[in-house]
Amino acid sequence: MTSPEVTPSLRSEVGPFFGDFGGRFMPESLIAALDELDEAYQTAKLDPLFHEELAELHRTYTGRPSILTEVPRFAKHAGGARVILKREDLNHTGSHKINNVLGQALLAKRLGKTRLIAETGAGQHGVATATAAALFGMECVVYMGEVDTERQALNVARMRLLGAEVIPVTTGTRTLKDALNDAFRHWVANVESTHYLIGTVAGPHPFPVMVRDFVKVIGEEARAQMLELTGALPDAVAACVGGGSNAIGIFHAFLDDTSVGLYGFEAAGLGADTDRHAATITKGRPGVLHGSRSFVLQDEDGQTMESHSISAGLDYPGVGPEHAWLASIGRATYSPITDEAAMSAFRLLCTTEGIIPAIESAHALAGAIDLGRELGPDATILVSLSGRGDKDVATAGRYFDVLDEGSVQS
Amino acid sequence: MSPVHEAIAAAKRDRDGALISYLPVGFPDLDASVDAAVALVENGVDVLELGLPYSDPVMDGPVIQAATQVALEGGFRIRDAFTAVERIRSRVDAPVLLMTYWNPVVQYGVDRFADDLASAGGAGLITPDLTVDSGADWLAASDRTGLDRVFLAAPTSTDERLRLAVENSRGFVYTVSTMGITGAREDLDAAARTLIARLREQGADSACVGIGVSTAEQIAEILTYADGAIVGSVFVKALADGGVPAVAELGARLAAGTGR
Repeated sequence: MTSPEVTPSLRSEVGPFFGDFGGRFMPESLIAALDELDEAYQTAKLDPLFHEELAELHRTYTGRPSILTEVPRFAKHAGGARVILKREDLNHTGSHKINNVLGQALLAKRLGKTRLIAETGAGQHGVATATAAALFGMECVVYMGEVDTERQALNVARMRLLGAEVIPVTTGTRTLKDALNDAFRHWVANVESTHYLIGTVAGPHPFPVMVRDFVKVIGEEARAQMLELTGALPDAVAACVGGGSNAIGIFHAFLDDTSVGLYGFEAAGLGADTDRHAATITKGRPGVLHGSRSFVLQDEDGQTMESHSISAGLDYPGVGPEHAWLASIGRATYSPITDEAAMSAFRLLCTTEGIIPAIESAHALAGAIDLGRELGPDATILVSLSGRGDKDVATAGRYFDVLDEGSVQS
Repeated sequence: MSPVHEAIAAAKRDRDGALISYLPVGFPDLDASVDAAVALVENGVDVLELGLPYSDPVMDGPVIQAATQVALEGGFRIRDAFTAVERIRSRVDAPVLLMTYWNPVVQYGVDRFADDLASAGGAGLITPDLTVDSGADWLAASDRTGLDRVFLAAPTSTDERLRLAVENSRGFVYTVSTMGITGAREDLDAAARTLIARLREQGADSACVGIGVSTAEQIAEILTYADGAIVGSVFVKALADGGVPAVAELGARLAAGTGR
């Protein structure tokens, strides 16, 4: 008699490696801080008080659980499939970023740190970090590529109103990747007092696994809500992927549900076949960037290439190592979505359902339209609506030429 | 004893200790970076450290990052580093280490990189973002080729990690003087002295202090407890401001700090 074959859970990865990806490629000066963080996280993970405190914050501050919204008028354009949105845009601060930030800020408090630093692209993570710093009475410094401070002026103002200092990064390509470099540099010099609150599932161990654990609440809620609403699991789960935090957040609960297809949509900018995109898994290859081994957009010599997306939040030439692993084992599929397709889906959701999504999330919506047409009217597609579009109103207004000149500074 | 270790030991026998200099390859262009490195050796530098320009240098301060960006914009390619090493070695005898972030080595191919560096007459690598515990591939390639491998030790490193760095480094242990990035500092942290003492307890017989070193006085002070002092940003700044003659002049001035 043979014992039944046990399929190992894809949900149990604890790092530092996910298959060939992940690890810790960082200056020795930061290793002690990473070890300290890892230890504090392992302890907190086993402490019911920590979970209670975080859950209470989510209930009374974030607004969890976030709801599901079915969008039938939008779905008509997606081959008639059922399309259901997980509304992370309704969270306090306007995106899924708050889930991770509150978890890490609580940990930082446990570590006795008095300052939070963060990097941000679109500004949603910066706003969330500035919010947590205000809530916990901590100092906050946010690094943001100079290019991004210009296209996301509204979020820069938000961060400043919340008491954070925003530092425009003028090194390198002056975008998100350079903001990460500068935040790491600052952390090296101030590691005693400061926690570097990384905003996505990238970076050196333990960040990818820790951030994943803080955002997986999205998928856990959504899975239960889908069963309640439709009586079944969805056929497909769709999310946009920059660094990949909202995507891993909604994917994670479904990793062991083999009937559920997981689809990550990367920013193809002007097209994945041009040199103006941020489609890291589609067009990159394995390399080391910002402390872990994952897919990287790079030239032959390993120099990071400039990425491009209309969405500052997706404009990153790397991706979290767990996504690289899920791609390599075929558990999740990653496809590129152009600026144009994303903006078309953006407008469609606005006019059919009265919801203005973040441009990041519009990439997932565009992906869902393609998926719906492919899977047909019997399919159910769950989409992570990772953020709302307030911050993108100027960009979208200009894109669709609906902005009165002079009404918005940037 | 490796050539780098030997050069440091010789400086220690003859004088107070070694002066190690950093310059990026390809700044302001390949020829000038080679000439500047040669000039440094001719003016008293014992060991050369050549930086490989990289798009995402998390350990480098603004002076070095700006210089490496110029090199990248000028079309620097990894193979230029081997050319530079070969040309420097044909003109002066000092050992040459490359300082490189890990991704360029991975993309070039760890073994191919090691072979090409060894063929060019290079001494080994300093790896600012590759620690011993993440460096199995490099440990194997450097053992195979006999290249030096310089790992970093930081004030926050545990004794166990210091022991790992000491046992696996060849050439010297790069002692990070202070918690920070590269760049001249007015006061050198006393942390360096403490860290060297801790490294000695773990058996280090070749440990050099870098990050923030910029004057002959600092070098003289460092050499009262360490085997060498590493100077980078001020040489890069001198090269940017006054070209090769300025680097040569600064090299001679700083070499005086070693008792030359």
